[in-house]
Amino acid sequence: MYKLRRLDEFRWEIPPSYKPGMRTSGLVYASEDMMEQMKEEQVLEQVANVAFLPGIVGYSLAMPDIHWGYGFPIGGVAGTRVEDGVISPGGVGFDINCGVRLLKTNLTSSEVAPRMEELMTKLFQRIPSGLGSQGKIRVGEKEMKEVLAEGASWAVERGLGEKEDLELCEEEGCIKDAGTSKVSDKAKKRGIPQLGTLGSGNHFLEVEAVEEIYDKETARAFGIEEVGQILVLIHTGSRGLGHQICTDYVKLMGEAVREFHIELPDRQLACAPLSSAYGKDYLSAMKCAANYAWANRQCITHFTRECFREVFGQTNLDLIYDIAHNIAKLETHTVDGKKISLCIHRKGATRAFPPHHPDLPSRYKDVGQPVLIPGDMGRYSYVAVGTERALSETFGSTCHGAGRLKSRGEAKRELKGGEVASELASRGIVIKTGSISSLAEEASLAYKDVAQVMEVVDRAGISRKVTRSRPLGVVKG
Amino acid sequence: MDRKRYVFFDHTADVGIIAYGKDFREALENVACAMFSIMVNLKEVNEAICRIIEVEGREEELVVNWLNELLYLFDAESLAFCRFEVKEMSKDKMKALAFGEKLDPKKHKCKMGVKAATYHQLTVAKEGEVYKVQVILDV
Repeated sequence: MYKLRRLDEFRWEIPPSYKPGMRTSGLVYASEDMMEQMKEEQVLEQVANVAFLPGIVGYSLAMPDIHWGYGFPIGGVAGTRVEDGVISPGGVGFDINCGVRLLKTNLTSSEVAPRMEELMTKLFQRIPSGLGSQGKIRVGEKEMKEVLAEGASWAVERGLGEKEDLELCEEEGCIKDAGTSKVSDKAKKRGIPQLGTLGSGNHFLEVEAVEEIYDKETARAFGIEEVGQILVLIHTGSRGLGHQICTDYVKLMGEAVREFHIELPDRQLACAPLSSAYGKDYLSAMKCAANYAWANRQCITHFTRECFREVFGQTNLDLIYDIAHNIAKLETHTVDGKKISLCIHRKGATRAFPPHHPDLPSRYKDVGQPVLIPGDMGRYSYVAVGTERALSETFGSTCHGAGRLKSRGEAKRELKGGEVASELASRGIVIKTGSISSLAEEASLAYKDVAQVMEVVDRAGISRKVTRSRPLGVVKG
Repeated sequence: MDRKRYVFFDHTADVGIIAYGKDFREALENVACAMFSIMVNLKEVNEAICRIIEVEGREEELVVNWLNELLYLFDAESLAFCRFEVKEMSKDKMKALAFGEKLDPKKHKCKMGVKAATYHQLTVAKEGEVYKVQVILDV
């Protein structure tokens, strides 16, 4: 039986006494119902395991959309000291810089509705999606290194975006000092044919309409003016390149764990000191993957703009923001009154910085960082904003989405892909996918209700709801 | 006795495979088939190409390295495989033949992408007369 300590309505502590070897407590953000679910899944075990990491500072954190991952849970956040702590590829995930980008238009749902079928067909044809799809953007090995080093700016310099796009992207779409030599040839070869593609699984592009505005002033600062306004959400990551980098380094970290005599309760938490060659090399390679993902989302943005222009004529699709939700970042945080350099692992968690944080674009300095939270393809998605409380409690982190509830097998046993497609169509949602059968795996019943997840983070104060949108059309990988 | 070559089991975000064989070699062949059956319809894949694949590692490590090598070939060279023959096996190396063809989205119905084989709940064990390999794939 877990000896959880309830700190308040939405915060639960897993004390170090739960498992010998924990260097700190776990802290889970959840409602009571969610906590019951989590206990059944044994995901709390994973939160406790993360607390074993050498150099961990503060809590092993868990967001309300948490679910079982490998090593780190998905929805886990952990900060480790740069000076003498470790970095763990499992704390980032295979899909490095899986993230979300939100674009706004000056169109409304009534203008777009009559042409949704045409728009979604164009988007589906223009943006390669699904397993085995090849990108339309051809790069060679030399150019690939530039993509890894320059990120989104590589794409913008080639006419696949606007300069303003870079300012409105986390890290301006590129983490500097990404060492392309630390990325294997295999990883580069996997990435080359996939640039500008959505991928499969839970990756998607969604055309949505704003349904509710909770905070008018912040929404306006983000460029969201009215209910019915059309937004576009893009969810994808670093594709095969990122997967290979993670595969390569998880293997190497196995050696590092032996060399540095790091004792871990789970092999998948394999890690290395940030000061070691293993740690530095992984961080360098991870930056390359992150940059690739930002270049990828920038290319997809370009294709999306082309499609909208072809259907609606001269129309603006401006970037609101782009966030990573599988990443490790070197950040300075104040802990016990002192500034300290930390490596913040966010695996299925989103950065949520408050107003006046130096890393924010000047446009958002007074309001705070946009936080983009996709739900499942049938329900809603949210825009939220970062808060001071997040900065002080969770290293400026919040949830990332709905979080899975059921396995793919369970979902497919309960629903057929065709049934899901029909049900979505009956609600006026246009779905374009190459794999109808996989729709069941991504159906709403397979996911937690993102509204409940948002309720927890909002009431716990680690991000504040700004708007909610509903899908009108989805390109699903 | 007609024995299943592989079965799948539930895992919240991922897919679990248990593959069987009369020996470790056969179990390795079957776990690879199981993985490709998640990605494509095996019946749609012809044996037009034969690729020699060499992988290092022992026991569980070998399973992960084997599957991840196949995933690399799938992504980087668009190769889908439907049948495998393990030809040589030593303490920490394996050589196998993989039969399949270039992926053609017009011909091959592509199902779910696999990111990688993980070490989570990874086991290789002999149970009576049967070799059993269990692995979870991140999808």
